[in-house]
Amino acid sequence: MSALLEISGYRLAFDGFEGRAHVLDGIDLTVAEGETVGIVGETGCGKSVLARSVARLVDMPPGCVPGGGIRFAGQDVFAMDQRGLARLRGHGVAMIFQDPMTYLNPVFSIGSQMVDVIRAHDRAEGKPKRARAAARDAAAELLDAVRLPDPGRLLDRYPHELSGGMRQRVLIAMALTGTPRLLVADEPTTALDVTIQAQVLRLIAELVAARRLTLMLISHDLGVIGALCRRVVVMYAGTIVEDGAADVLFAAPRHPYTRGLLAAVPDLARPAHRARPIPGHIPNLLQPPPGCRFHPRCELAVGRCVAEKPPLRQVDGRLVACHRAEEAAA
Amino acid sequence: MALFVLRRLMLTGLMLFGLVLITFVVSNVAPSDPAALAAGPDATRDMVETIRKEYGLDRPLPEQFVHYVGGLLTGDLGRSIVTTRSVMEDLGRYFPATLELVLLSMTFGVLVGVPLGMLSAVLKNRAPDHATRFVAVSLVALPAFWFGILLQLLFSVQLEWLPTSGRLDIATPPPPFVTGMLLVDSVLAGQWATFADALRHAVLPALVLSFPCLASILRVNRAEMIEVMAADYVTAARAHGISRLRVVCVLALRNAMLPTLAIIGLRWGWMLGSTVLVETVFDWPGIGLYAVSSAIAGDFKPVMGVTLLIGVNFMIINLIVDLLYGVLDPRLRATS
Repeated sequence: MSALLEISGYRLAFDGFEGRAHVLDGIDLTVAEGETVGIVGETGCGKSVLARSVARLVDMPPGCVPGGGIRFAGQDVFAMDQRGLARLRGHGVAMIFQDPMTYLNPVFSIGSQMVDVIRAHDRAEGKPKRARAAARDAAAELLDAVRLPDPGRLLDRYPHELSGGMRQRVLIAMALTGTPRLLVADEPTTALDVTIQAQVLRLIAELVAARRLTLMLISHDLGVIGALCRRVVVMYAGTIVEDGAADVLFAAPRHPYTRGLLAAVPDLARPAHRARPIPGHIPNLLQPPPGCRFHPRCELAVGRCVAEKPPLRQVDGRLVACHRAEEAAA
Repeated sequence: MALFVLRRLMLTGLMLFGLVLITFVVSNVAPSDPAALAAGPDATRDMVETIRKEYGLDRPLPEQFVHYVGGLLTGDLGRSIVTTRSVMEDLGRYFPATLELVLLSMTFGVLVGVPLGMLSAVLKNRAPDHATRFVAVSLVALPAFWFGILLQLLFSVQLEWLPTSGRLDIATPPPPFVTGMLLVDSVLAGQWATFADALRHAVLPALVLSFPCLASILRVNRAEMIEVMAADYVTAARAHGISRLRVVCVLALRNAMLPTLAIIGLRWGWMLGSTVLVETVFDWPGIGLYAVSSAIAGDFKPVMGVTLLIGVNFMIINLIVDLLYGVLDPRLRATS
């Protein structure tokens, strides 16, 4: 297995009215071909911008990269020209998004939007552009692949005429057009009903297995991550705090934040066992706390946590960024 | 769809009746005596009374109104006292000139305003954006009568590139009357020299008339494009690898065109009503000039005719805009 995605020391900041917000602070993450990685964290921890960075979808300005970089299949994403980017997007990295209503263009039919994507990929790959009719047939096949009934008729319909689950399936079909290697799914089921959630998750799992896709799944829902991913990356306030195999991490979290996150999940089997929220709130990224960004909320924090940023290090079969990871075992 | 159009047409009829009522009342409370004006300064009382009877001005107002509306239904807008022709005939003579001017201005305003708005939005807060916005604000702020004269001084007097006023040179043979729009008629007749001359005459007035319209189209389109470019579906389109050109010019533009279309409809009506200044400065024989000279002469049937014509035009354009909305946005098709 070779590294498909290498993120090293990646920093991302946004310049706004109130100053510079340090949204990502030195992310190190290597994903091998065929891995299924879940990225979990609270809203605002930077997981979505990390996902978007992979396909260079963060607008700069206002964004800027003070340090580090991202390489996809060995190529520097930030050094790509327009043609390279067109090949990267969709063909290398495909994305599925959170709210399927707002991610489909309301004034174009499903068919027209899919034909657009198919033809864009033809161009990026240097193939002759397919005629509209041929692209339409390909679109119908893709809709069939995501198990949408009656694809031919669906192509003529508009996003507002579809249910949330159908729209998400359409977006998944669009993501598959370029036969991508890495599928980045940003909260793909958050906006859906629970019953539909399960169907969409199963579909994603099947597609990942059948097409040998590498998966990067962003979610704040540990259950979703657990169902689809063998590796889990926990993020907090723009940093990776823990990174390891899902079963290892869920069974024995080493970072105080991961422990807090797991304890905050309500357990339906044990209703008496109340979910415990993590005290405090996410830090202001305009002036992030010095040292470990989690220290103001951490019950194990000592002087060193304020003074020195903990590096990701190997502890007990996973990577943890905590000075007191050994003590946090219990 | 047919039901929608029918409902709109009925509403339009109601609005037209309101318009007729208002113009009729306003023109009759104005303190002037059309009969005396028509008879001239040396007329005797008897002559004035004869004219008053002849035009039906001695009747009570409600009766005059019923008579007027009855005339409208048969296409009779009354008779102009100044030109002594029927108002309908006068409008047929002057309206094509105004329509030609407005069509030219609107085309120019849309063809320049929409792309500039897009450019401004894509280059938001950079130099070209600031430049176009500065020019746009200036264009709205400059009064047409002053700016028109400045352009005449520059292009007609100093540089002698373009004629100062009128629709054709005296030496140019006019084309046979088909639509009344010289640019169209000269093409139909194959008179290319006449076409060129008519175009040279139309350039300056059309530009002056189009500037405020261009500026407002630009501003609305810029604002809408900025909003649409930040929408999730634009991010998604980019993530799918669709080229930036296609994202901006097709996928985003169609969404941004909805509010822009509304402004175009409003500006159309505004333009028809505001040609007066431009027609005066450039001596363009259109309905604006006709309405003003009639009003000054206290001759109200033409003023009412022009008001009605502009009103009808405005309503038709807004109906078209509403229908285009449905073409552009499938969500509206379903509800209408």
